[in-house]
Amino acid sequence: MKAAVLTFPGSNCDRDLAVAFERAGFEVARVWHKEPELPAGTDIVGVPGGFSYGDYLRCGAIAAQSPVAAAVRAFAEKGGHVLGICNGFQVLTEMGLLPGALMRNASLKFVCKPVDLRIATSDSPYTNEWAVGDVARIPVAHHDGNYTIDAEGLARLQGEDRIAFTYLDTPNGAMADIAGILSPNRRVLGMMPHPERAVDPAQGGTDGSALFRSILGAMAAA
Amino acid sequence: MPPKCSKGTEAMQEPQITTDLIAAHGLKPDEYQRILDIIGREPSFTELGIFSAMWNEHCSYKSSKKWLRTLYTEGPQVICGPGENAGVVDIGDGLAVIFKMESHNHPSYIEPHQGAGTGVGGILRDVFTMGARPIAVMDALSFGEPAHPKTAHLVKGVVEGIGGYGNAFGVPNVGGEVRFHKAYNGNCLVNAFAAGLAETDAIFYSAASGVGMPVVYLGAKTGRDGVGGATMASAEFDDTIEEKRPTVQVGDPFTEKRLLEACLELMASGAVISIQDMGAAGLTCSAVEMGDKGGLGIRLDLDRVPVREKGMTAYEMMLSESQERMLMVLKPEREAEAKAIFDKWDLDFAIVGETIPEDRFLIVHGNETKADLPLSKLSSSAPEYDRPWVETPAAAPLGEVPVIGPMAALQALIGSPNHAHKGWVWEQYDTMVMADTVRAPGLGAGVVRVHGTEKALAFTSDVTPRYVKANPYEGGKQAVAEAYRNLTAVGALPLATTDNLNFGNPEKPEIMGQLVGAIKGIGEACRALDFPIVSGNVSLYNETDGTGILPTPTIGAVGLLTSLDELIAGQPIEGDIALVIGGPGSHLGQSALLAEAFGIEGGDAPHVDLVAERKHGEFLRANRKALRAATDLSDGGLALAAFEMAEGAGLGVALDSSDIAELFGEDQARYLVACDAAGAAALEAAAKTAGVPVARVGTFGGDRVMLGLDLATLAELSKLYRSAFAAAVTYPGA
Repeated sequence: MKAAVLTFPGSNCDRDLAVAFERAGFEVARVWHKEPELPAGTDIVGVPGGFSYGDYLRCGAIAAQSPVAAAVRAFAEKGGHVLGICNGFQVLTEMGLLPGALMRNASLKFVCKPVDLRIATSDSPYTNEWAVGDVARIPVAHHDGNYTIDAEGLARLQGEDRIAFTYLDTPNGAMADIAGILSPNRRVLGMMPHPERAVDPAQGGTDGSALFRSILGAMAAA
Repeated sequence: MPPKCSKGTEAMQEPQITTDLIAAHGLKPDEYQRILDIIGREPSFTELGIFSAMWNEHCSYKSSKKWLRTLYTEGPQVICGPGENAGVVDIGDGLAVIFKMESHNHPSYIEPHQGAGTGVGGILRDVFTMGARPIAVMDALSFGEPAHPKTAHLVKGVVEGIGGYGNAFGVPNVGGEVRFHKAYNGNCLVNAFAAGLAETDAIFYSAASGVGMPVVYLGAKTGRDGVGGATMASAEFDDTIEEKRPTVQVGDPFTEKRLLEACLELMASGAVISIQDMGAAGLTCSAVEMGDKGGLGIRLDLDRVPVREKGMTAYEMMLSESQERMLMVLKPEREAEAKAIFDKWDLDFAIVGETIPEDRFLIVHGNETKADLPLSKLSSSAPEYDRPWVETPAAAPLGEVPVIGPMAALQALIGSPNHAHKGWVWEQYDTMVMADTVRAPGLGAGVVRVHGTEKALAFTSDVTPRYVKANPYEGGKQAVAEAYRNLTAVGALPLATTDNLNFGNPEKPEIMGQLVGAIKGIGEACRALDFPIVSGNVSLYNETDGTGILPTPTIGAVGLLTSLDELIAGQPIEGDIALVIGGPGSHLGQSALLAEAFGIEGGDAPHVDLVAERKHGEFLRANRKALRAATDLSDGGLALAAFEMAEGAGLGVALDSSDIAELFGEDQARYLVACDAAGAAALEAAAKTAGVPVARVGTFGGDRVMLGLDLATLAELSKLYRSAFAAAVTYPGA
């Protein structure tokens, strides 16, 4: 399986995500933001965490306009898998591939710590290794992770079972404790927590590896 | 402040050199005379600025150099000691750790967010300018009393500034210190540490080589920010401080991150001869450094310098401290390749000069020579002072200690922001980016895996300023010893240190005496512990309205774990036995307990037996398999360390003793460890053979904390411990 991990100027979790994909058994290609196309044979695109273009404008807003973002949009529209983590989630909402927005944390402070996530659906290529209600401990590290969406949008997410993860104790004030959501076709996932920081016992926990195993399993089965 | 310069290159009338102008540049009359002697004429305004930048305390170390030379800086592990951008230490298998600590005190007090952020940026550049990818940062912070009207504002700004820069750059923050004391009311300290990894055969130095080589400017554009910053950093504060705000630089971590990636890419291409970051005194200091180390002259054509605004004068360009800039000497035939890399990262790249054979620092702007100075004299002829100093008088004996119960004593400590849980600070830092953090900040040293290997590096920063004030020599020793213990307690072999010496006005003999005493103590401890100093920074004139800070020689240190199997990262579990390596507590002079519970800062600092330090450290490392958890004993003594270890594990703890000196004494060369029954027996047997004092002092478990018969629930103590910091630094509504 082949994962394409994007690098925008200011991305800083691109290597970490590449390592996590490799550890799970993916072949990884690193893709520069000025590339107009994804490598041939890409099975999944990873949009990593960091501060793309400095996040000086709205987080993710400039990355959403980059050449590679157009390629990712085309890939997603053809049913491709896209995983956006932290800044990657912000980019995917700015691109309109996922609904809602990530606002400044309710505390107005950056927050970095391990948090407990409830698996809200196991019906996705990213969460099929878990059962609904399982708890995974995965770190967050962000300044703008406060998920928000209009009432209608929230009802749709809930009605279509597209909330992937919720916080047991929200670190950022997110609406309905939402930590991660899926696209209508369930192939695009955006999440604020960093599963790539919880794939190795040396990191203090391996709860994040189930996500990468899920993807690999789902794709092998497809 | 130097007068504002005229607008536009066409009208660059430089001001006359007057006595006032010389004084405004921080130059003493004898120092100005030295300039006249060197160049044999009156300097131009730009030249005066250049001398002022090179000769201020911050850049020239003129008051401390004599004593810094006495430090222990060698060892088989040292690849490059003090004098380069950062120290380089071998960690085996062709890899080196490159690290340094540097202060950004004055800018942080004036503009806390930008001051602290650019402090982080500056130290990161010191590391990656040598070819290393930064892998860890730490910050040692000293603030005034929490109740002081400026403190909460400073804490908030400094912590946000550090986080804002490091988090965006993408380097984990794995340790540091935060303290409060009224002596820092008018002068906070921000000491930023960074460490990076490089291959030992791909380390870059600042010495230029070859004549006619292009001098290349890289990174962000030059603006008027920070003009005169290095001079400001070498002055005392008074009530004109608000006027100094324009001397603080503004940080841009996004540009820094791109500069890192572009520099590492360019270095890997083999096109770089030498490289130097633009830190204090910007273009001046970096160009002089490269020329001086390479025995060459430098010619700069300022018309080619990328600028942010029109009409900048030569003076401003030479003294600007705009951030995220580098100067590089490039192999001429690789110019196109180098430019392509910088274009890829959308960074400025401009050839601004060349190396020349004669000993000249030649600055040309608008077809006019703005400065023409003998380059080698700018640093080598900088003034050096053997300042008069007096030995700090021996501390008066402590005398009678007020009576306090053990639990009340513990509560006084954990309820003070100095010893409360610091989560409020480090949760605002990204402690895990790069995905190699093995041990995040909290108790003791942080540990980061060497990417792609089984090795890991441990990081700590330590000093107890109260000790240094009471007894500079023992306090200096203690700072090094505590760093040694913190590394040891995670199972690491202490490798090397960096020192960040923060003191008051060295022109006062008693302050100079503190500096001399502390350096002697630091040197002695580094020698005895085989723990060389490989880099450092001196920050003097930390005074406001004539009152100095506590002498604060921060020691940053790095240890090596050759395998993650050597890590002692565990927490105690129910039923584990608490043991102390190194004998019972007895010394309450200058203790945290007396300071926090009674406001008493009396008696002598604890003395450090360096032979015992080394022996006990080696004993602990040799017996790491017997230990479930370990921590060093430092301020707050056994009781505070046992509480912190237990609380972190969500457990209670019962200590047998109810004696205040045994519980809270700050005797050195000691560790608290947690073992299961078999481990405890094995440790005791090994101790008997080794002749090291080891004693059982209590048991971990339950949901209560007991000090002798004095008890409290873990829940109530934990609540106090975890809320006291935020309560102290948060204004209602802030």
